Amino acid sequence: NEGKELTKEEKQRLRKEKKQHKKNKKDDKGPPEKEKEKEKASVPAPSKPATQSPAHKAPAPVHASESAAAAEKPAKSKAELRAERRARQDSERTSKQGKKEGGQQSASSKPKATPNELQPVVKRLPEHVQVDDPAALKKLAKKLERQQVPLRSDYGYKVSLFSHLHQYSRKSPPTLQISIPATVIHPSIVRLGLQYSQGIIAGSNARSVALLHTFKQVIQDYSTPPNEELSRDLVNKLSPYISFLSQCRPLSASMGNAIKYIKKEISNIPSQCKEEEAKGKLQACIDSYINEKIILASEAISKYAIEKISDGDVILVYGCSSLVNHILCKAFEKQRKFRVIVVDSRPRLEGREALRRLVKKGIRCTYVLISALSYILPEVSKVFLGAHALLANGYVMSRVGTSQIALVAKAYNVPVLVCCETYKFCERVQTDSFVSNELDDPDDLIVTRNGKSHLENWQTVKSLGLLNLVYDVTPPDFVDLVITDLGMIPCTSVPVVLRVKNVDQ
Amino acid sequence: MPGADKETELSERIEAFLSELKRCGSGAGSLRGSAETARETTSLLRRITAQARWSNAGDLMEIIRKEGRRMTAGQPSETTVGNMVRRVLKIIREEYARSRGSTEEADQQESLHKLLTSGGSSEDNFRQHFTHLKANVIEAINELLTELEGTTDNISMQALEHIHSNEVIMTIGRSRTVEAFLKDAARKRKFHVIVAECAPFCQGHEMATSLSKEDIETTVIPDAAIFAVMSRVNKVIIGTQTVLANGGLRAVNGTHTLALAAKHHSTPLIVCAPMFKLSPQVSDTPFTRFSEILSKVNAHCPVFDYVPPELITLFISNIGGNAPSYIYRLMSELYHPEDHEL
Repeated sequence: NEGKELTKEEKQRLRKEKKQHKKNKKDDKGPPEKEKEKEKASVPAPSKPATQSPAHKAPAPVHASESAAAAEKPAKSKAELRAERRARQDSERTSKQGKKEGGQQSASSKPKATPNELQPVVKRLPEHVQVDDPAALKKLAKKLERQQVPLRSDYGYKVSLFSHLHQYSRKSPPTLQISIPATVIHPSIVRLGLQYSQGIIAGSNARSVALLHTFKQVIQDYSTPPNEELSRDLVNKLSPYISFLSQCRPLSASMGNAIKYIKKEISNIPSQCKEEEAKGKLQACIDSYINEKIILASEAISKYAIEKISDGDVILVYGCSSLVNHILCKAFEKQRKFRVIVVDSRPRLEGREALRRLVKKGIRCTYVLISALSYILPEVSKVFLGAHALLANGYVMSRVGTSQIALVAKAYNVPVLVCCETYKFCERVQTDSFVSNELDDPDDLIVTRNGKSHLENWQTVKSLGLLNLVYDVTPPDFVDLVITDLGMIPCTSVPVVLRVKNVDQ
Repeated sequence: MPGADKETELSERIEAFLSELKRCGSGAGSLRGSAETARETTSLLRRITAQARWSNAGDLMEIIRKEGRRMTAGQPSETTVGNMVRRVLKIIREEYARSRGSTEEADQQESLHKLLTSGGSSEDNFRQHFTHLKANVIEAINELLTELEGTTDNISMQALEHIHSNEVIMTIGRSRTVEAFLKDAARKRKFHVIVAECAPFCQGHEMATSLSKEDIETTVIPDAAIFAVMSRVNKVIIGTQTVLANGGLRAVNGTHTLALAAKHHSTPLIVCAPMFKLSPQVSDTPFTRFSEILSKVNAHCPVFDYVPPELITLFISNIGGNAPSYIYRLMSELYHPEDHEL
């Protein structure tokens, strides 16, 4: 076994050197940080021979896709790691003097945040918006094969405007293609993936919390193999899990940020740390993340939001946002007198869940579908919306239909307040709902009315397509206020918050 | 007596028509198109003219007004019934005036001069008896029926003037007029149609299947995605239930949102509506179909939306294209001001 590993390492080294030679021949593209990432990932790991450059980057950007951050962020945290490894592997490397210097530079300039942040960033496009590119698909297939994660195939006729996105059917989750017992993928990850793909766990907070709890379980069951360091091996172990989960359902911005945090924490575990101690530390980190960023944040947001609710208000909410429901329940407990109008939309009909929760509390509710919006809006005094993510250009990414509500509310001069925790802020920018979105199962649109379902055989009609979008983006001029755990800010202040967060970390 | 038989048959027919209207409204019967309702109303009015007892125009107008009031009371949302009644009343006035020799148009123009100099001559009782009045009125109603039958074709003939190739057109719900319009254009041009399904009745599904059968690239979207896809839409073409006197619309619910989204993206909004949908009403009362109470919850399900005229770009009707600001003029040509209140 040992012998095999060593030869694998040698092979990898050779492959790496060849690639570095090739890279040296080409002009230097992009900042040195990109090379750093490759080096880091190409650490000899028996189960993951890192062959292709996208494969290296795949673990990081696949889940950082939602927040395709500048490469500086991971580079900064990895700079320390790299320093360690460089000391160990100096003798094994042959030709990276130039990049090493660059690395040392970036390591020393870490405290000075500004010069790095303004460097041009080469952002790699995440895989899940490149479905129309056969090369990208092939790369993905190869990567998944290597990680022994099943590849999910698209379903049904895709509307041409969205041919760059995946469209899956709920009837064929990737869990069907996994053998039982699962050998490569931890069983609780398999369970989580199934829950995501079937829509049992939905909503960005719920998905993040479930993900973090599952990772706690994974860390609990993990044992470091011999000759490996926990800080590096655990991160590599998590990569196929993350690929699997993104096959089940594309990762959300909140999940992406959570994964980045966990990877950073894992990488920061010092090598002298004993396994039990390290595991305990990681579990505590995860617990504190959930507590701070989600639970306490929602308390803080409720406090701010309750100031904005006055007696006699008629509040409009859309769909089921856990945060908005929490705010309304808290406001009701504080004896505010208001009534709620819940707006719902097909095909998900999430508003019914929100309705159930609010009525259980005792709040007076009215229920309408989104097409009745202009009928009901003259009665409304405020609109509270939840968000899936807040983009760096001030756009709010949320459940499809939110932008419509904001539009009509603006037309009737009703204030629109968006409630969002800061961990959902991401550095992506987007101006329309087409380039990066999620397509849900098209069969959901089929419905039976008067005993007839007209769309039942939509697959047989070749010019008919069904479009079931999941998200849309609301322009910032429709939103009057964003309530976050850091306070009440206008939509356009999102990049300021991100900058503050980056400097803190 | 043959006369009494005729009368009972006539009243039976009227009763049958009224109950049909009421049933359609409650959703139990099949939802009929407005064109059909208009045609049936007009045939019924022709039958009343032929079979009812009247000696002069005034009597006939009274009878028709009475029946008209009953019919509109039976189903207030179906405005085509009232519109047809008003059209027939105008026909009667015109025929009467023609029989008398004067031109009705001159009386209609309420200019300041007329008001000052006319005195009391417009005080017309319609009590004069003319032998050929019945025949003339029935002939005119027949003409009206022919016009009604040709409305959809007239509108579809204009399709190629408004749709170019490779366009993306959005529509909502199901409108037979728009369906015919798009199918006519599809014979010569290739374009893409996005249909908003219009919950809860989801009539958009029927529309989509029918359009895709003609090989038109169709996509069905839920109502929530209207604003999200609007940025890629070139034109919005919708039908409507009623065109109001100020150029606004009473259309299926969700249309106001669609119009606002189109306005935001500066996309032209085209309404295909035949002239018999034009109604002299201006104000709009929201029309709720039913309210369910599940313990502590009120649910609302409005059937129609009001769309103000500022959001509409063009009306396409059987007499051609018009701007919303011109609708009031067309209305004065179709109906007599005294008939606005039946």
